[in-house]
Amino acid sequence: MAKYILKRILYLFLTLFIIASITFFLMKLLPGTPFSNQNRMSADQLKIVKAQYGLDQSVGVQYVRYMVGLLHGNLGTSFQFNNEPVTALIGQRLAPSMQIGAQAMILGTVLGILLGAVAAIRKNTWVDTLATFISILGLSIPSFVLAVLLQFYLAYKWKIYPVALWDNFQSSVLPTLALTALPLGTVARFMRTEMVDVMSSDYIELAKSKGNPNWRVVAKHALRNSLIPVVTIIGPMAVSVMTGSMVVENIFSIPGIGEQFVKSITTNDYPTIMGLTIFYSFLLIIVYLIVDILYGLIDPRIRLGNGGKE
Amino acid sequence: MDQIPQIPKEKFKLVHDENNKEQEKIGTPSLTYMQDVRRRLFKNKVAVVCLTLLSIIVLISIFAPVIAPHDPNAQQVTLSNLPPKLGNLNIPGMNGYQNMGGHMVDAYKQAGAPKGTSFILGTDYLGRDLLSRIIYGTRLSLIVAVLATLVDLLIGVPYGIVSGWKGGRTDTVMQRIVEIVSSIPNLIVVILMMIVLKPGLTSIVIAIAITGWVTMARLIRAQTFQLKEQEYILAARTLGEPSMKIATKHLIPNLSSTIIIQTMFTIPNAIFFEAFLSFIGIGIPAPNASLGTLLSDGQKAFRFLPYQMWAPAIILSIIMIATNLLGDGLRDAFDPQSSEH
Repeated sequence: MAKYILKRILYLFLTLFIIASITFFLMKLLPGTPFSNQNRMSADQLKIVKAQYGLDQSVGVQYVRYMVGLLHGNLGTSFQFNNEPVTALIGQRLAPSMQIGAQAMILGTVLGILLGAVAAIRKNTWVDTLATFISILGLSIPSFVLAVLLQFYLAYKWKIYPVALWDNFQSSVLPTLALTALPLGTVARFMRTEMVDVMSSDYIELAKSKGNPNWRVVAKHALRNSLIPVVTIIGPMAVSVMTGSMVVENIFSIPGIGEQFVKSITTNDYPTIMGLTIFYSFLLIIVYLIVDILYGLIDPRIRLGNGGKE
Repeated sequence: MDQIPQIPKEKFKLVHDENNKEQEKIGTPSLTYMQDVRRRLFKNKVAVVCLTLLSIIVLISIFAPVIAPHDPNAQQVTLSNLPPKLGNLNIPGMNGYQNMGGHMVDAYKQAGAPKGTSFILGTDYLGRDLLSRIIYGTRLSLIVAVLATLVDLLIGVPYGIVSGWKGGRTDTVMQRIVEIVSSIPNLIVVILMMIVLKPGLTSIVIAIAITGWVTMARLIRAQTFQLKEQEYILAARTLGEPSMKIATKHLIPNLSSTIIIQTMFTIPNAIFFEAFLSFIGIGIPAPNASLGTLLSDGQKAFRFLPYQMWAPAIILSIIMIATNLLGDGLRDAFDPQSSEH
């Protein structure tokens, strides 16, 4: 186990190194300039500004510098946002993103498990059909479509929640709901398949024939055993919530990292784009790692040699 | 030795002659695998409905130049932001009336539109016909999806087959590459590619395909590993068929179900990415419409002109739902065991 974790952490750094390198060189290939009024600057001014950001050196030197900085946890300085260090920029904006992300993941998973379990228990009835329909809707309707609809009805028309901005819990409700649909759909679908499988297994038959009441069989045996594989889809779910949050944060003007990312893209702010790319990748790889380790711990049948996958 | 008395042939009689014939009779014509798949697919009502819906949408987008009532990029600024109007029919919400300061006003008359003008889904902020834009937008979104899926297939399938077929060191190296590519979040790769490449159709396709092939390659590799051990492959090898021929003649036909099913799940994914990129403004450049750009335009005016958002939102959702459900139906049809337990 320890060896496996060590190997995975090694891979993590390798992957991050590759991502950082690719991002760096891609950014150097970018057309356009980060300085919005370059045309009005004299050659000397341009030289000074370039020197300030270290853009006067050769690409090789810049690369080494960036990588060394990265090792020290320094992601460079933003070109646009008051010359702030990128790490500070991310730090300020992390909390709102994390909050709505976590709320959506938790809500989606819990509701998804319930929906999937109900569908499996009432298999081939209208309850099952309805639950399947809901999960397909959740899977299919993009979060930004949902976000706009929620904003129009719940905020603008019926004035239940604030339209946008970020101050208290109330303002996090709509973005959370918009992001919840996808995890809900994914989990419900997965849960149903697993649970149907488990419900037809021998130990459930045994538990039933011993005269256990139905709810107890479901709660003690079926639910528990179907929950284990659900852990594996947390990783992909985190990715989709993150994807969704980029637009959803924009729609609700939430000062989060997703909104920052989109803003940096439209303003050619290379250091921030690079920093956020690396940060996002880091976050996701960590999530995947934790999920794999968790899965190995929960279910000893899984051979870790296989990368924690089936 | 006593002679065994000969029994005349006529004395023998087949017992239950009729019964046997009945049992031995082949009642239904034997079906090939594909016929069986088709039969199961068409028995699935949901899949049939989705297939019909998608066919209609695809046909409309193929014949968009004939069907679209107006040029999707023709601007008529005087006729901007007109509400939906269906001929002279007086259907609430479709009669060209708009709520202005508390009472309903005929927006068409106010804009000074010539008599008889009507836009079924209204016009946008530049006076472009929304229905035509949606038809062309769907067309563009579908083109992106189909091209991205094709590139996916062209990279993923050969990659998976080679990796699975060769095995050993080749497989290890190829799988390490897959592992690294798949551990990079694909959205980030897509966005990076979009920033670097010139915005447009080709770059979206490249950006989506560059990460999308991994899943396909993985599935194909796993399948190839299984197929490799089958007798007919062994027979083909013993007969000295070249690997290339085995791959095209034996492997790909047997992989077709995996390929088709995976394709059905790649298409909605590509549609989503295109819409996503266009929505945040780095996708299809103006003035061309795609479902993503239409949504993003609609969202800006949603407060006051909700109809501009509804139409693209509904079409996008229908395409996504229908492809997902059809994918499910196809999976059940190809692999009936997957849903029978």
